Amino acid sequence: MTPVEPITGSRLRHSLEDRPTGGAPQPFVEVDRLSLYYEGKPAFQDVTLSINKGCMTALVGPSGCGKTSFLTCLNRLTDLIAGCRVSGRITIDALAVLAPDTDVIQLRRRIGMIFQKPNPFPLTIRRNLEFPLREHGIRDRGQITQTMETTLRDVGLWDEVKNRLDSPALALSGGQQQRLCIARALALLPEVLLMDEPCSALDPLSGGVVEDLIVSLRGRYTVLIVTHNLAQARRIADHAALFWVQNGAGRLIEAGTAKQIFEEPRDPLTAAYVSGMRG
Amino acid sequence: MTSLSSNTLSRWSTDELLCWSLRGIATIAGAIVILIVVFLIVEALSALQHVGLLRFFTDPSWHPAEGLYNLTPMLWGTLFAMTGSVLIATPLGILSAVFCHYYAPLILARPYRRLIELLAGIPSVVYGFWGLVVMVPLIAEIQPPGPSLLAGILILTIMILPTIALMADASLANVPQQYLRGAAALGLPRWATIRGVVFPAAKSGLFTGVILETGRAIGETMAILMVSGNVVQTPSSVFAPIRTLTANIALEMAYALGDHRAALFVSGLVLMAMIVALVVSAGWISRERMYG
Amino acid sequence: MAETLSRPQNPREWLALVLVWGAAGLVTAVFCWLLGDIVWHGLSHVSWTFLTAPPENAGRRGGIGPILVSTSLILGVCLSVSLPIGIGTAVLLAEFTSNHSLFGRMTRRSLDVLAGVPSIVFGLFGNAFFCKTLGLGFSILSGGLTLACMVLPILIRSTEEGFRAVPTSYRLSAAALGLSRTTTLVHLLLPAAVPGLLVGLVLGVGRAIAETAALIFTSGYVDRMPESLLDSGRALSIHIFDLSMNVSGGDANAYASALVLVIMLLAINGTVSWLAIYGLHRKIVAA
Repeated sequence: MTPVEPITGSRLRHSLEDRPTGGAPQPFVEVDRLSLYYEGKPAFQDVTLSINKGCMTALVGPSGCGKTSFLTCLNRLTDLIAGCRVSGRITIDALAVLAPDTDVIQLRRRIGMIFQKPNPFPLTIRRNLEFPLREHGIRDRGQITQTMETTLRDVGLWDEVKNRLDSPALALSGGQQQRLCIARALALLPEVLLMDEPCSALDPLSGGVVEDLIVSLRGRYTVLIVTHNLAQARRIADHAALFWVQNGAGRLIEAGTAKQIFEEPRDPLTAAYVSGMRG
Repeated sequence: MTSLSSNTLSRWSTDELLCWSLRGIATIAGAIVILIVVFLIVEALSALQHVGLLRFFTDPSWHPAEGLYNLTPMLWGTLFAMTGSVLIATPLGILSAVFCHYYAPLILARPYRRLIELLAGIPSVVYGFWGLVVMVPLIAEIQPPGPSLLAGILILTIMILPTIALMADASLANVPQQYLRGAAALGLPRWATIRGVVFPAAKSGLFTGVILETGRAIGETMAILMVSGNVVQTPSSVFAPIRTLTANIALEMAYALGDHRAALFVSGLVLMAMIVALVVSAGWISRERMYG
Repeated sequence: MAETLSRPQNPREWLALVLVWGAAGLVTAVFCWLLGDIVWHGLSHVSWTFLTAPPENAGRRGGIGPILVSTSLILGVCLSVSLPIGIGTAVLLAEFTSNHSLFGRMTRRSLDVLAGVPSIVFGLFGNAFFCKTLGLGFSILSGGLTLACMVLPILIRSTEEGFRAVPTSYRLSAAALGLSRTTTLVHLLLPAAVPGLLVGLVLGVGRAIAETAALIFTSGYVDRMPESLLDSGRALSIHIFDLSMNVSGGDANAYASALVLVIMLLAINGTVSWLAIYGLHRKIVAA
């Protein structure tokens, strides 16, 4: 990523540079008693979690326990859903995410999101990458071309598509589309990446390629990844958090380092889940 | 994040600006109906004041030049033409849709549906013209004079048939396949399945279709004006000429002045009231469908 | 379904079979009769001269040149007003308003009523508002504006359908990339909603061209070549009406004009179905 110029000068990066380096890892994302209701029905309740900078955190648990809803709170995609109410507090790098005066457009630019189903726009490959960049104020052709090449190389797609950048993105295979979506998110130089089961809609082979790509992002971004695949969580995550449905609403049961969650779970539910006995 | 605010504000206000201007535009679109009602009332007001609502129904006749404003013959004309055409078009339209879905071989079903769509697109003035030069002379051979309630009913039937046929077609298409399979598994024959399973399941769509066609029948002007003779009278038989409310407006608006003109706007209001009643009942039926 | 069922066995099934086929046959016969009659009598009169020449002797002879010009001018006025309002309202209803909000519900309900208003009532309104109150008189402008009010519900309905057909994932991923709603709308949603928009446009044009009653006392009867939008101009449908009702011996030219009108509408109808198929095809490719 280093050769890419910061998108809008220093202001995007200033939070990074101001940060004291070295020492103990400190919470970058802090979630405090977060609850989300759809039409008055709770999707999850009272989630308190803090995530360190540069960590890869896996959110695991059975379906319907609010993991995806949790992700969408972090970049306020919940604003788009009618009848959805969020309470609690989220702080990302000292920014109060849920505050009404927070600029969601800048927020979402700093937080990339990858969806379960690859969702490139119905445009060409080039336009898919170029269009968000332009919208965020980068007009310089050279810089756009440079960013495009770097991010496509980052996701290992450059050699596959460099000769057909102007063909429709929807003509790519599923795995390629997903990597394009990751490139599209990376091009905006996000600090946090939210991934909602990024491999589960792909065939095992392309899923493996995407997983390798995600592993290569470790340490460069703060990643939250929702997965149903315990083996995958075990392979890639530094930290893990287990969600479970209790009393009709999703709850955070246990969070800790991946090693601790998978090898010495404290909660009996966690133990049952990671050993494959439940869920 | 404070350093971002200037850029941020301008970007936000683009969205806000768009949203508010769209709201303005939508308000214009939504206000047209109100504007129409307001203008009808304003223009009708002088007649309502000078003549009074009651006299539109109790005056001995419709002779605006002499200050006589009885709308009842025209109201009867509209009602008879509407009832007759709805009574003929509804079974024909529903049977058409049934034909498309359950009787026609595939090779016929699609062209037949296209034909109905084409029928829906033909302008009323063309129907009226055809009725005038082809149908009216035929009726005149059976029973003179020719331009008559019957001609009006027949031409309206052809005009509203596509409305009910297309609505029925859409609601039959929505009948779940498992009902049909269930009926077939019970060994029910075709018409028994349609009568016992399909019609009840598609009931609300069919009713909505009837309401829509009724609205078209009430509002139709040109075709009925061209074929029904336009004599202001309560018809004594189907061969007697009639004049509908809509035709009356179209015929007299060109030279009407003062209270006469206002009286035509009163009949416009009457038409509007009928349509609003129909739309409200259609909305009511579709809400029923949501819960049923 | 037809294949799986055996031959009818009882009288009631036989009767139903006869009735259904009879109804379909009757409708087809009437349709062929109507269309055949118009083509048969009209075709011999339609020629290039007929399309371009001005009408003579109250339309008994001559052509329909100025009338086609007036018709297209009325249509032009109608579309240039109704398209922006229609698209704007559709965007608001589909993208910026929840289905339950009071404003959205009121707008929708009022458009439902507007869709049912008889065309003669539009004529009354147009005469009172555009001709009298705004002082535009009997003119192409008045006629076009009246038609604009009339086609608005159709235009809005199908444009809105077009927007609703765009997958939600586009909106979510655009928002996740931090794109503003304006940008998302202009660059992603609008292009994807084009098929619906075109269907609405074509349906609206069809309704506007076919309209007569709303135009009699808004755009007027004058059959000269219009010189400005404030001139009165006679639409094709009014020409047919006038020739058949008020001009004895005008039937031949009325047939020819009716044929021209029907051909225009059949072309429009064909465009709608072609667009519908094309739109569907694109959706399949995208999925």
